[in-house]
Amino acid sequence: MLGSGILQGLLVTAKNFVGSFHDPARYTTLEYPEVKPALPEAYRNFPFLVCDNATDPLGTLRCVACQICEKECPPQCIYIEKSRDKKPDATGKPQIYPAVFAIDTSVCMSCQICVEVCPFDAIKMDQVFEVATTDRYAALLLDRGQLTKPNTYFHTIHPTEAAEVDARLAADRQAAEEKARVAALAKAKAPAAPQAPAAPVAKRDQTPESAP
Amino acid sequence: MNATPLANPSSGAHVRSVPGDLPGDLMEVSMGPHHPSTHGVFRMIVTLDGETIVRLKPVFGYLHRNHEKLAENTSYLGSMPYTDRLDYLNSMTNNWAYARAVEQLAGIAVPERAEYVRVILAELTRLLNHTCLAGFLMQDCGCSGTPLMYAFREREKILDLFESLSGSRMMCNYQRFGGCRVDPSAAWLAAAQQLVDGYGPFLDEFEALLTGNEILLARTQGVGRLSAALAINAGVTGPMLRATGVNYDLRKVDGYGVYPRFQFRIPLGEHGDVYDRYMIRILEMRESLAILRQALAGLPAGPIMNPAAKLRGFRPKAGEAYGRIEGPKGEIGFHLVSDGGPNPWRYHVRAPSFINLTILEDLCLGHTVADAVIILGSIDIVLGEVDR
Amino acid sequence: METLTQLRDRIAALFPAANVVLVTNPSPSAQHALRLDATHARAIATFLRDDPALQLDQCTNVTGIDWPEKEVVDVARTTVADPAGGAPRVVEEKTRRIEPGRLEVVYHLYSIALGHGPVVLRLVTGNRTDAVTLPSLTPVWRSAEFQEREVYDLFGIVFEGHPDLRRILMWDGFKDHPMRRDYREPDDYEWEPTPHGDVLAKAKLHYPAPAPTPAAPSAP
Repeated sequence: MLGSGILQGLLVTAKNFVGSFHDPARYTTLEYPEVKPALPEAYRNFPFLVCDNATDPLGTLRCVACQICEKECPPQCIYIEKSRDKKPDATGKPQIYPAVFAIDTSVCMSCQICVEVCPFDAIKMDQVFEVATTDRYAALLLDRGQLTKPNTYFHTIHPTEAAEVDARLAADRQAAEEKARVAALAKAKAPAAPQAPAAPVAKRDQTPESAP
Repeated sequence: MNATPLANPSSGAHVRSVPGDLPGDLMEVSMGPHHPSTHGVFRMIVTLDGETIVRLKPVFGYLHRNHEKLAENTSYLGSMPYTDRLDYLNSMTNNWAYARAVEQLAGIAVPERAEYVRVILAELTRLLNHTCLAGFLMQDCGCSGTPLMYAFREREKILDLFESLSGSRMMCNYQRFGGCRVDPSAAWLAAAQQLVDGYGPFLDEFEALLTGNEILLARTQGVGRLSAALAINAGVTGPMLRATGVNYDLRKVDGYGVYPRFQFRIPLGEHGDVYDRYMIRILEMRESLAILRQALAGLPAGPIMNPAAKLRGFRPKAGEAYGRIEGPKGEIGFHLVSDGGPNPWRYHVRAPSFINLTILEDLCLGHTVADAVIILGSIDIVLGEVDR
Repeated sequence: METLTQLRDRIAALFPAANVVLVTNPSPSAQHALRLDATHARAIATFLRDDPALQLDQCTNVTGIDWPEKEVVDVARTTVADPAGGAPRVVEEKTRRIEPGRLEVVYHLYSIALGHGPVVLRLVTGNRTDAVTLPSLTPVWRSAEFQEREVYDLFGIVFEGHPDLRRILMWDGFKDHPMRRDYREPDDYEWEPTPHGDVLAKAKLHYPAPAPTPAAPSAP
């Protein structure tokens, strides 16, 4: 019968219309600003820098300014300047740190390639998405201070990944300590060994921190 | 239908003509670039005799950003997120096509689990694309809103799956050379299974809404007929080609990935008109569901990445490769030329919706402007891919 | 399908005047190619499409490639026996030559009827400046129509016999061909906070001193 297809279609529409009032599966709208969406753990938007200690964020950055992410970033939105001096990192080893670390979030496309290539677990993906500003340039250019967030924050947004990273870093640190201990033992056993190689290290340690 | 096509403008001439150029009382209409029916910034210069189209010239390039030049200045890995932005509905298949081309270029093996996951994601993408296309096509028919909203409701469920796996709804950046980035968890696979189980009933409902609708039949049947010979010669691929009755699906012909292990049928059309193109996509979705069920059931354990594959400092030896897969819109291929450096010497995208537009004028001649809108809708273009 | 060597020999027998070269592809994909000369390209393409054993009825992909002039160092290794009776020495002789610049078009052909492929065809222009005309294969395969327009637009290869050769992605008044390796975009520099490479060089030109830094370095 001509028109039966249309009637069938109207029936479907009516079912959906009525269903949207009492069937939660058909009621899919979220009242957004009042009700926030539940983001999946894997959700990513814009990178941030991880620091180990929230009380001293810039002093405990994991980043050593190796500039790998700057080189690999497809839209070239990362800008890094290395420091001239060195600061001890979490394990106490003196490391270069980023004197300037800036990400232009108006260019960043949240592809997370910087996270994948980072050998130090220093840069991770954030979950912010309400980042609208009225200033196109300055407000969207995030500097080192704005980018740095503590490891505890990383744990709240990506708990699984953060736990993995922490376990890996702890294992690395333990292995390094073990190696240092074995080396120290070997050194103690061979007191006749020439002391020359150790001298420059000792000398460097004596240089004042506030060199620049 | 008695209109004779006008001769092509001479080589090098601009398409846009002054009124004096047109014989008789022909009229020239510029549809687009800002027009809701052109699915983006696409322009058609239509010459009309009354309401009948006698010439139609597509104008491209409003979204051109020279994707290929960008890729020549980026590492092989760095181009992967850019492929998401070609056909932004189908980032997973774009990723796969690019990864496949690089894997052919460098001879990288892919673990079995990754091949299965790729199939699962590609078929989910096909569901997503075809659902959207059906919704948009109805929108183009003048059926404002309802089918499109139903389609988008289901699409959002697939996008939620993509988001919980890759971190992003549409710009997934998920595949890597030699595998995939993240291993899907058991919870994710259960969610995918649940979606697959619920998709059949949705398709039934969607078809009850549309397939037998008399207005839809009147608008689409016999409109925009494409012959098999022209489709083959013009390089038309994907559902467009199969709607003309040509049995050519790369999943069967090339048998890439693990597709030969699955049982599925290739739906074929008879008339090559808009209705057939719509119907082919609905039927393909049902076959995709069959593939998904088999792939989810047979997913093996094992590594998701080839451990020998390098992420950083990847420099394939000099040579070239053309890798292609069956994307939802047709054959998506990448032609890569390497000179041994870290960046490709030449990177070319074979964009299915761009090449499928070759026959747009042939399909539209003799029809009305309102028909041109649904013919364009049935070709299924995404301007991010057409203009690159 | 017959091997590419057999195919080349068959073409050479059918078109004795044609110069068909087998171009090997060293990558694991092993997609070797046939390089045709411009004069016979369209006749050979028609043969490839219509031959019952080949039926390459679909030209899937058309690409241009730019090869600017470059210096190549050929190393010829010869083993020379030591006259004193010792172990033979390997002598390396290096010759420098200039590889002339050229533009290349690559066609990937598949057969839908027989399900085989790809057969890769290559056409090469004489140089990159004035001898850039090649025969269009659009009369043989319609699918080349937009793709050859794209190659014309982005590389500047002129396809003789193309029905509608106009710019396709760039606008009509555009002058250059942006996919050429030596293309330099006009200096329409806009300030970027994180400049790198070419942009950084331009930034230094536009803002000579002080060099733009994205943020003031805070004290360590």
